[in-house]
Amino acid sequence: MTKDIYILGIETSCDETAASVIKNGHEIVSNIVASQIKSQQRFGGVVPEIASRHHVEQITLVIEEALAVANLAPEDLDAVAVTEGPGLVGALLIGINAAKAFAFANGLPIIGVHHIAGHIYANQLMQPMEFPLLALIVSGGHTELVLMEKHGSFKLIGETRDDAAGEAYDKVARVLGLPYPGGPHIDKLALESDEAVDFPRAWLEPDSYDFSFSGLKSAVINYKHNLEQKGGEVNPAHVAAGFQQSVVEVLTEKTLKAAKEYNVKQVIAAGGVAANKGLRSSLDAAFEKEGIPFYVPPISLCTDNAAMIAAAGTAMYVDGKRGTMEMNGRPGMELASWSE
Amino acid sequence: MIWLGIDTANMPLSVAIVKDGAILAEVNSSMAVNHSLRAMPAIEELFATVKLQPKEIDAIAVSEGPGSYTGVRIGVTIAKTLAWTLKKPLYGVSSLKVLAVNAPYFNGLICPIVDARRNNVYAGVYEFVNGGVTAIAEDGHFAIDDLLNTLSEKKRPVLFVGKDVAMYEEVIKERLQDDAHFAPFPLQLPRASSLIFIAQQSGQEENTHAFTPEYRRIAEAEANWLMQQRKEKASE
Repeated sequence: MTKDIYILGIETSCDETAASVIKNGHEIVSNIVASQIKSQQRFGGVVPEIASRHHVEQITLVIEEALAVANLAPEDLDAVAVTEGPGLVGALLIGINAAKAFAFANGLPIIGVHHIAGHIYANQLMQPMEFPLLALIVSGGHTELVLMEKHGSFKLIGETRDDAAGEAYDKVARVLGLPYPGGPHIDKLALESDEAVDFPRAWLEPDSYDFSFSGLKSAVINYKHNLEQKGGEVNPAHVAAGFQQSVVEVLTEKTLKAAKEYNVKQVIAAGGVAANKGLRSSLDAAFEKEGIPFYVPPISLCTDNAAMIAAAGTAMYVDGKRGTMEMNGRPGMELASWSE
Repeated sequence: MIWLGIDTANMPLSVAIVKDGAILAEVNSSMAVNHSLRAMPAIEELFATVKLQPKEIDAIAVSEGPGSYTGVRIGVTIAKTLAWTLKKPLYGVSSLKVLAVNAPYFNGLICPIVDARRNNVYAGVYEFVNGGVTAIAEDGHFAIDDLLNTLSEKKRPVLFVGKDVAMYEEVIKERLQDDAHFAPFPLQLPRASSLIFIAQQSGQEENTHAFTPEYRRIAEAEANWLMQQRKEKASE
């Protein structure tokens, strides 16, 4: 019988301080997230310096709780996995240095995980990944289509050329006077609305899997501006519905087209915007019709968490990947394959 | 009693292990390299040099700032994580006091300085009394002009300590004239053994989980937000 593998995951790339213990790469033993959302709401967005200050306050408490809930001692662990990048550098450094100190003190190996690899591997916590696999990553910082031929192999086939989808959501929410973070508010308004303003779709070149959302954002601003100049008043629900339809349609169509072209066995969505109900139901319907298995993790595993980092970290651990005490925060880290 | 000391509050890095009041090993450097690249490797090397295991230490002292926000946080994060997981007491010490103890036996005021950019400094005012260095004013963030005004009013010799002093040497000489004294270069860097010395002499054990840096400055976004709140209150 092979021994069970327990990995401690740590994630501090943005405004969540998180730690988790994962068994054998797919079983959540504990998953602790301390959110700063209440503090960051004061500023209408994430202020990096404030994020870093909160991480220092929370980091040992969160790790302690992850171990306590798991009912494990440091010596029961096999390795520590931590988000190495991308993200806010000052924020990343808290998780990385806590991970290094913890690993050093307890004689454990350390593994640096790419945040997006983590979001993809959040799916491994729900059902085994099957390859070739297509991942749609949509969050405040990312909009990417990634093809995986096997574990640890990532091929970027499309990405945003300007704003990330979540960024567009936040900006449009601000235009509509909705509170931060804007995504869930737009989603809710859009789902309740019986009418939608017609906004353009950015399809780009016919063979491209890239995305663009800055034109759509400008179209929303222009629409509001023109209407107000004529003395009219914007109906936020109609704008939210129109904006969401445009984003969801482009994301769904491009993901579907890529899934068919690469003949994938499984499609997954990941990242904070994958929590969007409108997007989830659109992707669900499209792939059900095509008969391609489509999965999206529960909302708690779509937003930033450390369980996904430990899940990806376990796959790297099994492949023999190890980091060193020189690990640094890598704010612009590229998603690179660890297995060729 | 074995102590580990860590100072990453500013560009210099210092880590030391002190056993029963004697330095076993100390690593000092001052290079423009991210502390995340150097701090844990230096600590790992230190333990290898003295042939000790992490769990064999009895206490940890760390420079709590003020200084570079990111720099202070790296040292504090490492120290509080080690203290928590090894179940050892943690002591936070002022980054400025660590510099001040570089200049004992000086008959006058000791003023450690760390540059805070745009003609601002983090500084403290200390004095050597009864074999130890004592703060006679609270560490803080000052415009260099305000600091020099305060010091010149005291009409006493002042010894400036810290590698950033050189940036302000001209204006200090101009304002304090013959009262201005400058520590020589071997005394400009913070030393982790001094940090341990201070913690042993006068340190207060910290609550490890709650321990955070002494930034001595509110974050800019928070300052703006507070100002906005006050304005809104005033206009109500």
